[in-house]
Amino acid sequence: MTTFASTTTGSTLVVRPEGRLDLVAAPELREIVAKSIAGGVVNVVVDLAEVDFLDSSGLGALVTGLKSTRQAGGNLRIARAPEQALIVLDLTMMQQVLFPYPSVEEALEAP
Amino acid sequence: MSAPKDIVLKGGQLFFVRVLVFLSLVFGLRYVEWRWFSSLNMSQWWISIALVAAETYSLVDGLLFGMAMWRSGYRKKPEPLNRPATVDVMITTYNEPIDLVMKTARTAKAITYPHTTYLLDDGKREELRELALAEGFGYITRGEEWVNRPLHAKAGNLNNALMVTSGEFLLILDADQLPEPNILDETLGYFNDPKVALVQTPQIFWNVKEKDVLGSQAPLFYGPIMRGKDGWNAAFFCGSNAILRREALMQLALTGYVQDVATVLKETLRGSKKVVKQARKQAAGSPSLAAALQEISAAARDARRAVRRGTSLAEVTYEFQRRVRAASRGTIHDDLVQMRRDLESLGDVGAAASLALLEREDAIVSRLSELDASPLQALTSLKEMVDTFDVGRAHEGQPLMPLATISVTEDMATAMRIHALGWKSVYHDHLLAHGMAPEDLGSALQQRLRWAQGTLQVMLRENPLVKRGLSLAQRLMYFATMWNYLSGFANFVFVAAPVAYLVFNERPVHAYSTVFLLHLLPYIICNQGMFMLISWKRGQKNIPTWRGQQYSFALFPLWIRAAFTTVANVYFGRPLGFVVTPKTREETSTGQMLKLVWPQIATMGILLLSTIIGMVKLYLGIAPSIEGTWLNVVWVAIDVLWMSVVFRAASYRGFEAPAP
Repeated sequence: MTTFASTTTGSTLVVRPEGRLDLVAAPELREIVAKSIAGGVVNVVVDLAEVDFLDSSGLGALVTGLKSTRQAGGNLRIARAPEQALIVLDLTMMQQVLFPYPSVEEALEAP
Repeated sequence: MSAPKDIVLKGGQLFFVRVLVFLSLVFGLRYVEWRWFSSLNMSQWWISIALVAAETYSLVDGLLFGMAMWRSGYRKKPEPLNRPATVDVMITTYNEPIDLVMKTARTAKAITYPHTTYLLDDGKREELRELALAEGFGYITRGEEWVNRPLHAKAGNLNNALMVTSGEFLLILDADQLPEPNILDETLGYFNDPKVALVQTPQIFWNVKEKDVLGSQAPLFYGPIMRGKDGWNAAFFCGSNAILRREALMQLALTGYVQDVATVLKETLRGSKKVVKQARKQAAGSPSLAAALQEISAAARDARRAVRRGTSLAEVTYEFQRRVRAASRGTIHDDLVQMRRDLESLGDVGAAASLALLEREDAIVSRLSELDASPLQALTSLKEMVDTFDVGRAHEGQPLMPLATISVTEDMATAMRIHALGWKSVYHDHLLAHGMAPEDLGSALQQRLRWAQGTLQVMLRENPLVKRGLSLAQRLMYFATMWNYLSGFANFVFVAAPVAYLVFNERPVHAYSTVFLLHLLPYIICNQGMFMLISWKRGQKNIPTWRGQQYSFALFPLWIRAAFTTVANVYFGRPLGFVVTPKTREETSTGQMLKLVWPQIATMGILLLSTIIGMVKLYLGIAPSIEGTWLNVVWVAIDVLWMSVVFRAASYRGFEAPAP
């Protein structure tokens, strides 16, 4: 079962999923991002350090989050992607739009 | 079914044994009939029923024994093997002292018939490996494939070795069994009969004194009983000192494999509807998934039909997995379509990424499904279902398991399966290897417990009475050994009955009187007469059967424990608490040893106390009956005499004599 821990740092929401970021977990991530935007926090950092496994649906949820934050005038960044997630990102060439930052701080401070 | 033609079933001794078996049958049935229908004291029904049930149990035990004795003859020595054959001598070891193992290996090397000697070391000892290789023995241990998978003890050890060796015949030896040089010359000839799969020879222990305080020798078993089972083509494999035909073991492995795969497949297909339903719940609200599940559900339905039509399992599983993979690609494709839609709203960079996805879509889909990064992987129940379609038996160390792994006594279970495939076995009643028995009570009890548990595991998992392929006689011969290990309950009743009488005046039998003795004595006389006759060998000492009978009775608490732990193991997955029998003397005090047999000591205490109470009652004139009290006192005396062996066993300190 995947769990999500969220903290707000300044004007940014940091989400830390733990477990598999897959088909089953994807809807919850979408919902968390949507709620955050509705509440006025439009910048989101997803800390992937504790994600065991990322599948195409999980990646889809990240892209949906990117789209909705951008549309609300914010941004979604990812940090600390583990090996398996990097392979999936690389394969789909998503680094162009979802750059994997090495740490949460760097993701937060990026322009 | 007639007895194998090279077994001699003639002679005066066998004739009289048969007469006594027949008379035991007649008198035994008469006695039990009288007990059930004419002597039950139903005013004290609970003890009455328990006692008559225990007596019936014993009668069945006696009759099955008699059936074996009916055909307990002698085999003619076989002609030599009519062609050259390759033989692997396999010495199984786990934690036995290295000196002992090497001594066995060197003795095995001296076997005259050409052979290769292998050490099968489940202890993975570097020192043993070096010694073995230096002296030119094969050395085999488990490989990576066994890591995190069930090891199956000695059966697994042998199965592992069978995959990397190729000898046509295998001589299996425990680490302490020193073979005679002629062991193969004497026995290989039986394999001239192409249907013979197994030749078992006796197991006798040189480190046991004549008195055999621990009851280690089994002269009745490795004599009249095994010869009798042989007469019904049901002599079984006893773990060591046996020669097996590889072809039979491999046939066993293959049929076992196919059956196992078919069973798992059918069970999975039967459960597939439920699994798909669960998966739907887990992934509610995903339209692309709904389509994929629809397709998997249809694939499972078609697979069920194909199995019913008799399509080969390999084809069914291949087709099913192909369709699951296709469905799984479908879900990835749908995710990518959604992603592209999202990306296109992100301006130029997004549009470029979207285009890149589109151009490389096929490659991405294939790679993601190879990485198991398909969304279907998220549905655990579904994933498990697809995995069980794997025909590689991924849960086992190796797909082919020649020796049965359903029991800690793999030998008996394997022999039964060999017989069920139509192979024959031989018991060669000539001593050709000398082993070591446990030298202290603790190890001896552990060994006995393991045998009982293993036998009962086979009874519960593959009951010979219903197993396909066995003849009626084979069913009964296997069942006889299993039935025998249930004696603990009957003996508990035999111990409890005199206590109930002497202390509580409970009378299970209407009349403890001449009528009772008239019914019981003829059976006892015939039965004991049969025992004396089968123990008698012309010009030789009698076979000492008394110690074995004594232990069979005295260990009743152990047999009861074996029955309960085995049921808990087979039906509730609890561990048996089984350890490999130690072969070295353990430094243990008599006091510690006596703790192991506390149930016996407590029972003897209760019996003696009951006797005193009974005698006082007799003196005061308030005993139920004079003959009854005396009969029960004699009964108690016999019980205590038999059980008292545990005191001598607890203080036994092993054997001091040179090996042969």
